[in-house]
Amino acid sequence: MALLEKPNGEGNGVKKGTWVVKKGLAEMLKGGVIMDVTTPEQAKIAEEAGACAVMALERVPADIRASGGVARMADPTVILRIMEAVTIPVMAKVRIGHFVEAQILEALGVDYIDESEVLTPADEEFHINKHAFKVPFVCGARNLGEALRRIGEGAAMIRTKGEAGTGNVVEAVRHMRLIMSEIRRLQNMPEEEVMTFAKNIQAPYELVMETRKLGRLPVVNFAAGGIATPADAALMMQLGADGIFVGSGIFKSSDPMKRARAIVAATTYYNDPQVLAEVSKDLGEPMPGIDVATLRPEQRLQERGW
Amino acid sequence: MVIGVLALQGGFREHIAVLERCGVKAKEIRKKEELDGIDGLIIPGGESTTFGRLMVDFGLLDPLVNLIKGGLPVFGTCAGLVVLCREIVGSEQPRLGVLNARVRRNAFGRQVDSFEADLEVPVLGPEPFRGVFIRAPYIEELWPPAEVLATLEGKIVAARQDKILVTAFHPELTTDERFHRYFIGMVSG
Repeated sequence: MALLEKPNGEGNGVKKGTWVVKKGLAEMLKGGVIMDVTTPEQAKIAEEAGACAVMALERVPADIRASGGVARMADPTVILRIMEAVTIPVMAKVRIGHFVEAQILEALGVDYIDESEVLTPADEEFHINKHAFKVPFVCGARNLGEALRRIGEGAAMIRTKGEAGTGNVVEAVRHMRLIMSEIRRLQNMPEEEVMTFAKNIQAPYELVMETRKLGRLPVVNFAAGGIATPADAALMMQLGADGIFVGSGIFKSSDPMKRARAIVAATTYYNDPQVLAEVSKDLGEPMPGIDVATLRPEQRLQERGW
Repeated sequence: MVIGVLALQGGFREHIAVLERCGVKAKEIRKKEELDGIDGLIIPGGESTTFGRLMVDFGLLDPLVNLIKGGLPVFGTCAGLVVLCREIVGSEQPRLGVLNARVRRNAFGRQVDSFEADLEVPVLGPEPFRGVFIRAPYIEELWPPAEVLATLEGKIVAARQDKILVTAFHPELTTDERFHRYFIGMVSG
């Protein structure tokens, strides 16, 4: 692989890392499931089960939540071993605002960076300037304003934050419903109200206008944070998600391969209750869940990000 | 005319939008029953291993192979190209295997090496075509009756075999409809 010639920019108008190719990879992930993995063996199971990408981590969110302390970018060795194990895209997480962790992941050649609230923020005021990178970024959002601020900073893909590591879909539902209802409201208002709407949700006006015209976010919008069953995945798809991230839900369950295949099928056949009934059978124990209402404010990862 | 777009995963929405701009009715295909009544099929970009898993689990593989061998026109882009090829370098993944070609996946490198480039495509006329290559494959070798339609730095990135059309890049991510119109011509011809 390393010895293959790559287009060198001479003639042909070759351009790398353009907005079209950054956003385009997310378009190709649509309708798919991105799974958290911590070992090459798990990555192979995810690929075999039909995952469209994997997220390489040292610990899944449920374990990060349990162990406390400062959660950082994974060791590059872990990420590289996972990159060698599979042919599908490999994503990895950096702390909010930690642009040097992002430079390191770009140097490793990861395919997508998640600037993630699951890790401990490195900057409590500013996110990474994602336009400065050739590698594309995905960011979490709870509402339309937050999503459009992240896109304004250069995110080529958005996901709901949900509440990671809980196995409880309620927050992902809240965030997806809110984003969709804000978009519907934006589409139905007269144009003279749009500037004040943009001011109120603290989002760039041009991106607000583009969202209004498209009737959806200007980039792909996945669901994440608490998805644990095929029914959860199909619920998020029916609410308007373009695809699904499953964090702790697969490898914290009793039969990861079977559950992973079922969630992949449920994400494609989200509108087909017969298929959903079939794939939901005999999956074994799901991950143990957490009632989000029992979390103290400082335990709510979704509050991270500005 | 109705053109089916395989909607298991990936960039099917963009292909449907281009077909509609060309005035052609598009139909999402997820199950084998939905293949009835289509005049052509597009297999979009996405992950070819995901397509393989779902085509096997939901019984689409054999019906698709039979339809394509029976002359159904098919257009595969990126992962769609991969699953149409007979040989995939270093992989045993499920495939349709109807195109006489050997393909290498992710052949230009990882996402940081994804790129856009102008391509000469003689069958589309003298104007270059802007190719969007995302973790793209290329064809290492093909054999008759498959023919080369375009190359980039000596690598085969578009090809045709009878009613099978493939590109390693994504025409559906551009506003240039010439590849889709060329395919629509294959369907009506």
